[in-house]
Amino acid sequence: MARMLKLRIWRGDSTDGALQDVQVEVNEGEVVLDVIHRVQATQMGDLAVRWNCKAGKCGSCSMEINGKPRLACMTQVAAYGEEETITVTPLRAFPVIKDLVTDVSFNYKKAMEIPAYAHPDELAPGEARMEQIDVERSQEFRKCIECFLCQDTCHVIRDHEENKKSFAGPRFFIRIAELDMHPLDTLRNRKKTAQEEHGLGMCNITKCCTEVCPEHIRITDNAIIPMKERVVDIKYDPARWLGSKIRKRDGIV
Amino acid sequence: MSGVFSPSRAKIKERTLRTDKWWLQPAITFGVLFSFVIYATLRAFENKYYFVEPLISPFYSPCLSTSCEPGTALAIFGQPFNNKYFGIGISPALFILIFPLGFRMTCYYYRKAYYRAFWLSPPACAVAEPHKKYTGETRAPLILQNSHRWFFYAGLVFNVILTWDTILAFRNADKEWGHLSVGTLVFLFSTTMLWLYSLSCHTCRHTLGGRLKHFSKHPVRYKAWTFVSALNHKHQNFAWISLFGVASADIYVRAVASGAITNFYFF
Repeated sequence: MARMLKLRIWRGDSTDGALQDVQVEVNEGEVVLDVIHRVQATQMGDLAVRWNCKAGKCGSCSMEINGKPRLACMTQVAAYGEEETITVTPLRAFPVIKDLVTDVSFNYKKAMEIPAYAHPDELAPGEARMEQIDVERSQEFRKCIECFLCQDTCHVIRDHEENKKSFAGPRFFIRIAELDMHPLDTLRNRKKTAQEEHGLGMCNITKCCTEVCPEHIRITDNAIIPMKERVVDIKYDPARWLGSKIRKRDGIV
Repeated sequence: MSGVFSPSRAKIKERTLRTDKWWLQPAITFGVLFSFVIYATLRAFENKYYFVEPLISPFYSPCLSTSCEPGTALAIFGQPFNNKYFGIGISPALFILIFPLGFRMTCYYYRKAYYRAFWLSPPACAVAEPHKKYTGETRAPLILQNSHRWFFYAGLVFNVILTWDTILAFRNADKEWGHLSVGTLVFLFSTTMLWLYSLSCHTCRHTLGGRLKHFSKHPVRYKAWTFVSALNHKHQNFAWISLFGVASADIYVRAVASGAITNFYFF
């Protein structure tokens, strides 16, 4: 059954902007992206919003709904009270372009800084064999849809613009973890560079990235903390360091 | 102007637009942890009512000082510390509390809890923190959080000692075996929760198998890792329950030792 919904939408660009109140019809079962589209179709023809699949798999419609980073296509209007005003803003960790659209190119630059998978020289294409239990940890991280909600909520860059140059963010820590845990990856300095170049040590594990992940990836428990422990192995654990020197291996087999 | 108020970002004057009670969880965490710290500090300096046969408070075990009450010292450790240094009397609890305290202070779960509740960094997700600069755990003193594994190893030793204390709690006041009291149950609960807290720890998970690249080459360690990973899901719960468990064991021993209540024996 249709009803009227009170919506506040942030409108503006990098120079100025403000929250604007609108009332829009909402039908049973609709998500926030549906009502934003209805506003765009009926009241604000020039409203900018980024979207694509409407199925929670493309990661395009990331925005902040009542202050929380969310996918608009996966947020049911019914989750809010009938009298409640729903406030929709662009991601607040990234530069705004227009209305609900932000410039997330920071993330693509960081992606390019992560060294790619390094295949063993002795294995020709088609010769690689891996057991399921060796790859299942990395597979969890492959579920990432790159919505960048984890990057948006991470206070290291959300609250400190100056940290962006030295901090890759949770999305790329799971990428580093995925590769470091990969049974065939041969690049040996991922732990060191995670700490020294990508800012793993700046994370204080407050788990906001895990809380907002729409794919329910346990970013902190399964990627960041294991990587922090691996960094301790090579940088802050003299017993393991000595062991690695005596046994002539990096301790991870 | 930095953070969410940076010039390039959407011009929104509020620090957060969250409408839920985001402040409630850090407020409760602050209240509970602060209360525990105050209680533990007072008890550590109290230096009495920590032993009544067969129960010794977990805050004072192992009792390593020459001032320990008779019957509290463990033969394996002896009493290597004096009761006074530089003319100042020192409670036996002060020689040992650094280890369980260090384990909890550097614990990955508690770090989340107190960074949010005490340091407001951040107070809650998508709520702007009040600090102008942030360097995380990259420099002193927070780089010392990387010592968590050493406190974990020490914590295991303490768990063994407290397990022994629990076994001793199956005796009566005359040191006869085969008895069960309310104190025995309190100790059983506290020690079990401490083991679950330690075994579910992220460092334990890493040590048992997390650091491996090939689980298939280490099937036993993979099984251990899988078991600990399941426990690890509940690490936060075990952290809180074990904290209450230890506190309740100490409160119970204090109440019995001070004569406020009698340790009731079922048999």
